[in-house]
Amino acid sequence: MVPLTLPELEKTALKIRRHVIEMIHAAGSGHPGGSLSATDILVSLYFGNILKFDHRNPKAEKRDRFILSYGHVAPAYYAVLAEMGVFNEDLLLNLRSLDSSLQGHPSKVHADFVETSTGSLGQGLSVGAGMALALKSKKAKEKVVVLSSDGEQNEGSHWEAVMFAGHHSLGNLNLIIDQNCMQVGGMTTEVLNLEPLAEKYHASGWDVYQTDGHDFRRLLTSLSNFNNKGNKPRVVIARTIRGKGVSFMEGNEKYHACTLSEEECKRALNELVKG
Amino acid sequence: MEKSMRDAFGEAMLELAEKNERVFGLTADLSSSVRLEAFGEKFTNRFFNVGVAEANLIGVSVGLALEGFIPFAASFAVFLPGRCFDQIRVSVCQNKANVKLVGSHAGLSNYGDGATAQSVCDLALMRALPEMKIICPADANQVKKAVFAAAKIEGPVYLRLSRAETPVFTNEKDLFSFGKAEVLRKGKKLTIISCGSLVYNCLKVGEQLDAEVINLHTLKPFDRETILNSAKKTGKVLSVEEHSIFGGLGSAVAEALAQDPVPLKMMGIADSFGQSARSYSELLERYGLTSEDIAREAKSL
Repeated sequence: MVPLTLPELEKTALKIRRHVIEMIHAAGSGHPGGSLSATDILVSLYFGNILKFDHRNPKAEKRDRFILSYGHVAPAYYAVLAEMGVFNEDLLLNLRSLDSSLQGHPSKVHADFVETSTGSLGQGLSVGAGMALALKSKKAKEKVVVLSSDGEQNEGSHWEAVMFAGHHSLGNLNLIIDQNCMQVGGMTTEVLNLEPLAEKYHASGWDVYQTDGHDFRRLLTSLSNFNNKGNKPRVVIARTIRGKGVSFMEGNEKYHACTLSEEECKRALNELVKG
Repeated sequence: MEKSMRDAFGEAMLELAEKNERVFGLTADLSSSVRLEAFGEKFTNRFFNVGVAEANLIGVSVGLALEGFIPFAASFAVFLPGRCFDQIRVSVCQNKANVKLVGSHAGLSNYGDGATAQSVCDLALMRALPEMKIICPADANQVKKAVFAAAKIEGPVYLRLSRAETPVFTNEKDLFSFGKAEVLRKGKKLTIISCGSLVYNCLKVGEQLDAEVINLHTLKPFDRETILNSAKKTGKVLSVEEHSIFGGLGSAVAEALAQDPVPLKMMGIADSFGQSARSYSELLERYGLTSEDIAREAKSL
């Protein structure tokens, strides 16, 4: 696929955000705040050609492995996959319905395109590290990309994997942190301070890049460092805004997990019309 | 002859990895305790000591499994499954990942270290998980067969091992039928059902009392048919396990018998943790799991 131009990326992201709102409204519950902060990252990965991925064959052996470690932002992920053509857009409104492949959190048992079931925080990077080891062992050229949140950085098991990846020189393992600075209980600095986050990764043997998670030009420049080579895993810490794109949701803790009323849905969609 | 199941596990892993190049061995800094040292020296590219990090041990194993390998992740049963239940619930079972979990030093067999190191709740944890299969071999000979059987099964398996030197009494040449309760001795007076090394004690008691003795080496899937047939035939059942009386083998038997009632007495560790002792047998005595205890309960049924 030819990567989209910057205006095209903006336009696609707007469409994804509209889907996110409509999906969560239809489902009656979900996580709009994180889904909207993750949207530009996900759009960059798939439409900016950071991931080697064939929508006609999402489980092709020669694909980059992508793990959405903080599974609760699944609506944005599903919307991106639908937009890529993995499945029909109509399916999106089945989010969280009985027997749907679009479970509230990505489920490998329900959806074949999912690499690993996630939703319980602190597990994605470990599984990604195992996949990275496996790919190295098979001498495969593909890379592993894990998307995590700053809230997930609280999990001790995540840091077990950070140390493991550094120690084993997993140069084919790549991580993005959607740093919207908020978690369920409030600001990350108030709940459990992570700083200095970049230094922690440095100290564990990782290459660290910091960027603006809503500026496609800067985001793509940082993400283009992702590869399968070298002897250091790498992390892109992307500063984002929870609820990005919808004024009344931006930085508003009410919109971590919630239902979206008809009125809220309408107001949000009205804002998501032009870039 | 006595032999520890963990020794048999180490030997079986060497043989299995020789035959099957998809087999990996992983541990959380307990290579010597789970007898994976020789494996690590021989198969340097297929062995990982992830450090004292059981949650990551599971995640890394899942990653390997999803890419087509067959990882055996081994630690003490208190830590695996004890410490990483959620990783097993989500990353192993909800992915149907082909990971083999090996919980060594199960039950009271780590007698010296005390309650923190003694695993008396692991079966309850693993039984509750969809997709999980549970094998609890009765002796060293059966461990080897169980390791090979686990490698052939597609999906999650929990293999429960004892640290203790225990009698080797099953025949090396006998077939191991995964999923099938093994009637070791036919009898008329009652049915004694057990798993793990206590099966040996049960067998001795069975000979004294003309009891039917069943080695339920596969706890899940549960061989309901064999258990119910035997229970109906003898009319009385005694379950014996080195595990809490809640949620383990006895509970599995009770669940089946509750729908088709036959009197059942459950022997196990009565809602308590273990403690330190100078020998394994001292603990079996304290918690009422010796041959004499089993015989007494069998007679009182």
